[in-house]
Amino acid sequence: MRETIHQLEVLRYDPETDTAPHFQTYAVTCQEDWVVLDAINYVKENLDRTLSYRWSCHMAVCGSCGMVVNGEPVLSCHAFVRDYPEKIRVEPLANFPIERDLVVAIDDFVEKLTSVKPYIISAEERPVESGENLQSPEQLAVFKQYADCINCLLCYSACPQYALNDSFIGPAALALAHRYNLDSRDEGRSARADVVASNPGIWECSFVGACSEVCPKDVDPAAAIQQTKIASTVDYFMRFLMPWRKQ
Amino acid sequence: METLTSDVAIVGAGGAGLRAAIALAESNPGLRIALISKVYPMRSHTVAAEGGAAGVIKDNDSFDNHFNDTVAGGDWLCDQDAVEFFIHEAPKELTRIEHWGCPWSRQADGHVAVRPFGGMKVERTWYAADKTGFHLLHTLFQTTLKYPSIKRYDEYFSTDIVAVDDACQGVVALEMRTGQLRFFRAKAVIIATGGAGRIFPFTTNGAIKTGDGMAMAYRIGVPLKDMEFVQYHPTGLPGTGILITEGSRGEGGILVNKDGYRYLQDYDLGPPDPWPRKKAMELGPRDRLSQAFWHEQQKGRTIKTDYGDVVHLDLRHLGEAKINERLPMVRELSKSYVGIDPVDAPIPVRPVVHYTMGGIDTDINGATRVGGLFAAGECACVSINGANRLGSNSLTELLVFGARAGRAAAEYAAAGGGAAVSEALVTEQAEAAENRVLALFRRTNGIEDIAALRRELTATMEAGAGIYRSEGSLQEACAKMAEIRQRYASIELRDKSNVFNTDLTEALELKSMIDVASALAVSAYHRTESRGSHQRLDYTDRDDEKFLKHSLATYAAQGEPRIDYCDVVITRSKPGDRVYGGKQE
Repeated sequence: MRETIHQLEVLRYDPETDTAPHFQTYAVTCQEDWVVLDAINYVKENLDRTLSYRWSCHMAVCGSCGMVVNGEPVLSCHAFVRDYPEKIRVEPLANFPIERDLVVAIDDFVEKLTSVKPYIISAEERPVESGENLQSPEQLAVFKQYADCINCLLCYSACPQYALNDSFIGPAALALAHRYNLDSRDEGRSARADVVASNPGIWECSFVGACSEVCPKDVDPAAAIQQTKIASTVDYFMRFLMPWRKQ
Repeated sequence: METLTSDVAIVGAGGAGLRAAIALAESNPGLRIALISKVYPMRSHTVAAEGGAAGVIKDNDSFDNHFNDTVAGGDWLCDQDAVEFFIHEAPKELTRIEHWGCPWSRQADGHVAVRPFGGMKVERTWYAADKTGFHLLHTLFQTTLKYPSIKRYDEYFSTDIVAVDDACQGVVALEMRTGQLRFFRAKAVIIATGGAGRIFPFTTNGAIKTGDGMAMAYRIGVPLKDMEFVQYHPTGLPGTGILITEGSRGEGGILVNKDGYRYLQDYDLGPPDPWPRKKAMELGPRDRLSQAFWHEQQKGRTIKTDYGDVVHLDLRHLGEAKINERLPMVRELSKSYVGIDPVDAPIPVRPVVHYTMGGIDTDINGATRVGGLFAAGECACVSINGANRLGSNSLTELLVFGARAGRAAAEYAAAGGGAAVSEALVTEQAEAAENRVLALFRRTNGIEDIAALRRELTATMEAGAGIYRSEGSLQEACAKMAEIRQRYASIELRDKSNVFNTDLTEALELKSMIDVASALAVSAYHRTESRGSHQRLDYTDRDDEKFLKHSLATYAAQGEPRIDYCDVVITRSKPGDRVYGGKQE
């Protein structure tokens, strides 16, 4: 198998000893089918035990290994070394505080996800004995794409609005709120509206679409945000036109 | 060391741990629940399950069918009372998670769709395209956010269970962000840490599947049951070991050797047509399919690649539309990682370590022999999987037994937990656990390298305890594991930072891997028969007289574990022949 030598420039930062992040370069001989994560694992196993990063599934579904590689947020287990030049710069996801090396603190996302109530809300919980809810393939297709979010947070790293204003709920959490709003089994849209529609960020989201471009699962959070805006606008006017209408 | 007090602590926040947490919160909202995991819940390896979850729901199916498939699939090593409970709970649990929003794939009429799976007589596998584990995990995780009584401790690495007088008192865990150790004092603890596939070099399991929970329970004297039974999934991508779901065969995919021949017909699974057909050919059980690959390889009929021999999984006849609808992730994974679009060409696959049937010895409630200590999911052995798990029973298992263990722990905690024990002893034990980690952290003059030792361990397991085993290969594995255990005492961390120190967590994981691998090798050495996934070249027959029994490996601080046996619960299915293919009729 063909091999190439790459210079891996990795951002290093240990808050116990470093005053500022810096880069450290490792020369790694990579096989042509390697992903960037394989090269990082090679460093960890053979060159430097002190490098910290997250990874697990190595099949682009657990969402642990998001990093910025040569300026683009990617899943490092799904970014092939052969697609990069000799120099590969690896940095932690942008717009989150660095905890250590390539590990960022994602508390802010977890709080925001929780705030949008990403679960089925219904007036009464049905007993299991009543059987499954019927949901047609068409009803499923309405929200399915938004349910594919793996919470890898590449979209937050790419989002210009989140970079400016960290009170913005952000692409993934809004896509998941939208996912439940669109689910035929859910009745929670008005319960979510307080957080979602009133979040200043969504009105400032400029539909740059950077979030959708970097999404490894084609969730298209930008579309979710635009649809949320439209739905919220309709709700706003309907309140005056049809005050009796159930929200 | 700071003490954090709760009523029930759960270690592991994958499918089983999350389901247990919800069961606890629902059955008693007053309980304080600590949900502790070394990763954020959505990173848990449940996420990687693809094909689906089995549960009887259609009119053409019956509980008897699911029972018989499971028991025969497990080569009669399943406890039949547990299987009985499991099959009846299965559709309820799958419906419950439907109510919670799981996006199950649907029939045109809006009912949940099912697909055929290996070793199952009737199609009964509920699926969410080919990302079932992912959707199940995220649905559970998002649902837990409803319950204020579930307090999560994400990225806390549990190192030890504290038990005094055979009663569980809590767990000690390392906060990875700060390097600080905490004592999670709890009346009850549920272990839900999943499997240990990483003790093999070629596995579908993510990096986190190092058997930590199994090892923690084992080290305080709870036996590991049936550890010799390791499932090789027949279809993993060469090199990476990425799983290609059995659902691809359920949808009609076929396996061919280098001559384009459907070789499974030579291994009591034929005839090949009509196809697709339940419990035949490519829809045989996983153990038989992986063993058939081994024989094909011996005969020189497999295909050589840079990453070992492969056979071909051919999906081309399904057509692009069906592949996109039912198997989108398979297509994407295959295109990305081996450069093959299954619409145009067959996918190269080889058997890959996938699942540990064995685990922490529990009863039907998930209770262990230590008071207040429960286990559920892949880390536990209840046992419903026996000597070979059927595909799509494990996602259901973690729901059914996660919920059951949660309810049992809730009752135990609500009743006040176990008898009062000496507080001095509890503190002493918790501090001993803390000191072990600190000693590892501070040790100098070590000569052993963590990554090198781990490579030796995984190579040992593959060579000695793979698809086919023998006295010689297992003896060698046991001896090598004893050596690795000795050498582990001489490792030294290179990373001395307190913050997110993965040199430290990998060292702790390696300890778990050594414990689990030793139990596995020694259990396999003592089982001188062939049953299900445990195949001995020197004892080729099943021996019900001696071995219709569960093995129990008990930890010994020095030397090899002790191996005992206990009876299998047989209620209504007497051990018989496992029949697949045309012989069924």
